[in-house]
Amino acid sequence: MNERPLTGMFRPDGLAPDIKEYESKGGYQGLRRALSMSPGEVQEEVRASDLRGRGGAGFQTGAKWSFVPMGENAPRPKYLAANCDEMEPGAFKDRLLMEGNPHLLIEGMIIGAWAVQADIAFIFLRWAYKEAARRLEKALHEACQGGYLGKNILGSGFSLEMRIHTSAGRYICGEETALITALEGKRATPRSKPPFPQTSGLWGKPTVVNNTESFCNVPHILAKGAEWYKSISRSADGGTKIYTVSGRVKNPGWWELPMGATVRELIYEHAGGMREGYKFRAVIPGGASTEFLIEEHLDVKMDFDDVQKAGSRLGTGTMIVLDDRTCPVGTVFNLENFFARESCGWCTPCREGLPWIAKTLNAIECGEGRYEDLSMLEAHCHLLAPGHTYCALAPGAVEPLQSALKYFREDFSRHIEGKGCPWS
Amino acid sequence: MLSEEERKEIEAEAGQYDRKEAGSVEALKVVQRHRGWVSDEAIRDISAALDMTPDELDAVATFYSFIFRREVGRNLILVCDSVACYVMGYQGVLDSIKEKLGIDLGGTTEDRRFTLLPISCLGQCDKAPAIMINEDIYGNLGPEMLDSILSRYK
Repeated sequence: MNERPLTGMFRPDGLAPDIKEYESKGGYQGLRRALSMSPGEVQEEVRASDLRGRGGAGFQTGAKWSFVPMGENAPRPKYLAANCDEMEPGAFKDRLLMEGNPHLLIEGMIIGAWAVQADIAFIFLRWAYKEAARRLEKALHEACQGGYLGKNILGSGFSLEMRIHTSAGRYICGEETALITALEGKRATPRSKPPFPQTSGLWGKPTVVNNTESFCNVPHILAKGAEWYKSISRSADGGTKIYTVSGRVKNPGWWELPMGATVRELIYEHAGGMREGYKFRAVIPGGASTEFLIEEHLDVKMDFDDVQKAGSRLGTGTMIVLDDRTCPVGTVFNLENFFARESCGWCTPCREGLPWIAKTLNAIECGEGRYEDLSMLEAHCHLLAPGHTYCALAPGAVEPLQSALKYFREDFSRHIEGKGCPWS
Repeated sequence: MLSEEERKEIEAEAGQYDRKEAGSVEALKVVQRHRGWVSDEAIRDISAALDMTPDELDAVATFYSFIFRREVGRNLILVCDSVACYVMGYQGVLDSIKEKLGIDLGGTTEDRRFTLLPISCLGQCDKAPAIMINEDIYGNLGPEMLDSILSRYK
């Protein structure tokens, strides 16, 4: 039986455990241990665990915290935010965590706040996640009553305020610096880095932003130690991962598994393989902004380094399977149309480039494509590459496109030559 | 003019932040909760309460997908059109809703009962295709399920 620190406390009736149940199963023990350590020691423990950011970028959480100015002369107030603005197409892991065990997120955030000595913490929650909002509000209230939040937490002398900020839509709010701008009450446009948020974030003050799932790992790392955390993984990256599979598989769903489960295990064992009458064509391994993987990649381990070696990214670890009865050109059009719609419009390559890509793909899908369009699309994959835009939205958007042009070349040609979609 | 209730709720929201302006989205949502949408007049009144200019606040209001600067119906149907729902055939569900209500995306029925809008990934990918009506989520949808679902909203 695998260890399931993230979802082990999920109740069979689908309700969230209340604070009594959470405490009786070991909840808030990680926080107690953290408060008995110095902030620097907590940072070091998390760094030693090899916890890498679960929002998709895979940056080491402990390292991220280590850039926050510490000591008496550090600027105040310092802020901490949980990125709960999950909106990556294909991803629903953070929703599961917030609905299934809201106290785990809250505990992870309090530990993070202690580690960087933050004064105020925000849960930046997606507008559409109504049930998660209800459960988090209740848990926050319980945590305040229990002495885990507010002034002088558990007699440690450490104080922390925590609030929920509910947004009103827009994918870009999940980008770290855009999230900060949104918290300030402005249009959520990203900022250029440096300065990094850890030194100059919310209202110019030190700010740490971590993903929901990243925070949910932290209480266990503190309660059981970095060595234990590394030991439950099947790869160089520590811990477990919530993997999900959607698309025309027999049993779409989610599973918490040791980091490093393979694509094949996920699709064919856990998700039960393809539905009757459908064949596997490709998979988007980690949400909409990752490159397609195909049959030859089925034995790739789903961890940060191995997926990257295969030419894609682990991203959110939430897979979408493409079957043989769904048009790959239409699928890529759907992806690019999403990115074009969600571009914040701040920088020109993204604002202008993505709609052009989407319109061209639609033209090909509708039988109005020309061969020159393919070179134009290829050129855009370079024009929108990292370094040409303010943030990672456009570079992420061209990842699936780039791989589609490689793996589905024939399908693009069939659309152009046959002047229409062979699937419709 | 903001009602007394609206004003109180806006002040409570804005008071939670170090700067009033940070409560802008919540303040817009307060008015939207009471009136269904946010008019030009409301933008002027809310901005005054937050010490912002109307233009600054309108820049925020027009940025977010779910702040409505036009009147919407009593019930909001949001159809997820992201990739997992695409692969699972959301188009059939959307076409069927359009036909039943006689409106396109962005449209409101004449009796103001429904407004139909797209939404990016609802995070229900294992139950695709999915839609959200007001605060309720419906997954594993087929066009044949729509009549009974829509009849719950008056």
